[in-house]
Amino acid sequence: MKKCTGSLALAALSLFPVLAFASGAIEGDVKQQATNWHAIIMFVVFVAFTMGITYWAARRTRSASDFYTAGGGISGFQNGLAIAGDYMSAASFLGISAMVFDKGYDGLIYSMGFLVGWPVILFLVAERLRNLGKYTFADVASYRLQQTPVRSFAATSTLVVVAMYLIAQMVGAGKLIQLLFGMNYSSAVVMVGILMVCYVLFGGMLATTWVQIIKAVLLLCGASFMAFMVLSTVGFSPELMFEKAVAAHAKHAAIMSPGKADPVDSISLGMALMFGTAGLPHILMRFFTVSDAKEARKSVFYATGFIGYFYILTFIIGFGAIMLVLNQPGMMETITKDGKQITQLVGGSNMAAIHLANAVGGDMFLGFISAVAFATILAVVAGLALSGASAVSHDLYASVIMKGKANEADEIRVSKITTVVLGVIAIVLGLVFEKQNIAFMVGLAFSIAASANFPILFLSMFWKGLTTRGAVIGGFVGLATAVVLIVLGPAVWVDVMKHKAALFPYKNPAIFSITLAFVSTWLFSVTDKSKSAAEEKAKFDAQFVRSMTGIGATGASKH
Amino acid sequence: MNEDVLKKVQSNPKFKELVHKKTSLGWQLSIAMLVIYYGFIMILAFSPSTLGAPLAPGMTMTVGIPVGILIILSAFVLTGLYVRKANGEFDQLNREIVEEAQK
Repeated sequence: MKKCTGSLALAALSLFPVLAFASGAIEGDVKQQATNWHAIIMFVVFVAFTMGITYWAARRTRSASDFYTAGGGISGFQNGLAIAGDYMSAASFLGISAMVFDKGYDGLIYSMGFLVGWPVILFLVAERLRNLGKYTFADVASYRLQQTPVRSFAATSTLVVVAMYLIAQMVGAGKLIQLLFGMNYSSAVVMVGILMVCYVLFGGMLATTWVQIIKAVLLLCGASFMAFMVLSTVGFSPELMFEKAVAAHAKHAAIMSPGKADPVDSISLGMALMFGTAGLPHILMRFFTVSDAKEARKSVFYATGFIGYFYILTFIIGFGAIMLVLNQPGMMETITKDGKQITQLVGGSNMAAIHLANAVGGDMFLGFISAVAFATILAVVAGLALSGASAVSHDLYASVIMKGKANEADEIRVSKITTVVLGVIAIVLGLVFEKQNIAFMVGLAFSIAASANFPILFLSMFWKGLTTRGAVIGGFVGLATAVVLIVLGPAVWVDVMKHKAALFPYKNPAIFSITLAFVSTWLFSVTDKSKSAAEEKAKFDAQFVRSMTGIGATGASKH
Repeated sequence: MNEDVLKKVQSNPKFKELVHKKTSLGWQLSIAMLVIYYGFIMILAFSPSTLGAPLAPGMTMTVGIPVGILIILSAFVLTGLYVRKANGEFDQLNREIVEEAQK
């Protein structure tokens, strides 16, 4: 077996936003496991099927609106599943169940942070976004402001967020394929890059959405089955499950209560998760795929339901793994790390859900769950690529460079070229970052989304006084603060750069960077006495009426 | 949207009603969610043993488990409340405003 030097902390944690945020690094080496033919065959079936869908979608993708937003023809229910799919990544599935497996109750706490952002998005953002925008969130942010500076800012922060996320996913794919399929790192990075480009290039948003929906359904079914089997072994008595888990776990009753947490870090993490979700460009873009505000609302309702249900399942799966997998013969291995012998689950804690699949459903089901876990990465990266491509073609090319005079065919061509370029960049970065500690990257992406995109988007919809100067300066202040504080904080300064102590004490800077972004946006807006600022404020009333009523909003194009 | 439509909408009392109802419901529910979640975070930060206490004497299940599940359910219920109200009452009001503006 080929042994990789990267530790699991940098491998899997990068994939797992929750854990990356929370730190609590799981240490251990990623070892390439024996070739898992069941998983590989089922994955090939998944790819073949989704390629069929891409072919079908390609025949229906003609206009820019088709490419970016599937012509606005996705239903609220479908979009809800697709949004849930964006959330139910390999990260949440393997990462949260691993966290429950290791720490018990704390795993549930992190999943909550991811969920509670959704209601707030629904109440304050979703329908206004749908009524005002067309393809990207920059449409909304720049609605009554100057196009060039605001879109340049929005495109920059979109590309930074997409790049961070992509690197984390690519490296995660490389590490996971060793664990799940027993194939090597580079094969995964190249394969994921190529498939991602195929989905987006040929099938646009329609294919990307369906890949996401199929994956979400498969994962929900698989996880439901596992949770059902776990509960059936204890006669559907949660109390009995907890008793058995407490008896089996080395930490005993401690797994039933919360661990220690720093209040500032906890609140800051909560803010990054909550407002970051409302500022992630690939998530915001999903709201333009439905026909109107009504469907946009429904999508959040369904998404919240599916995501909440899924997190309850991962909690049961984590406890099920403690009960049925931990210390069972054949499931444990002893490895040497830093000169010490430690006994761990074969492949590390992140394999908890995978081993449980084997324990409750045998080899075939193990293959199924492995294939689905890996497929989740494909769906997520496709959404990211589409979001990055639209920032370049719609915001930079069509609005900034061509001043809104680009013809549609050229704009689509630019986004397709960008998709290919992003694919190449993603593969290169995936290979370059193989042995780097990138645990901070998803945390950084969420912090930037929360500190740069969210304040500007929110103020553009809610505050008449916002001006171009305020938006651009405030947005860049939020972006820079988030980046600088993460670099100076424990995740990069200590864990990556190997300094002794962090210059900034908190792992999650969101509470500071979000506040600073809001304050500077406000300050540079109210002090802006220019003529254009007055005009921008005057345009707010018309924007407000449209955001409330949807008069003038783009509708669904019929095929 | 032309000036004429804009003026008609703005001067329509139904529009004021819609804005008031939609905005206040949106903020009320947002605050409810924030209070539930950050209240939970505060308990975690300052009194974690409250959540770690057994649900009943002799039980393994702790108070934190049903509380966690309830928070997840509350997110779902709050979104459901909003969608029901917005897709029913508010959208009806909205349709009337749009129709009256285009007369």
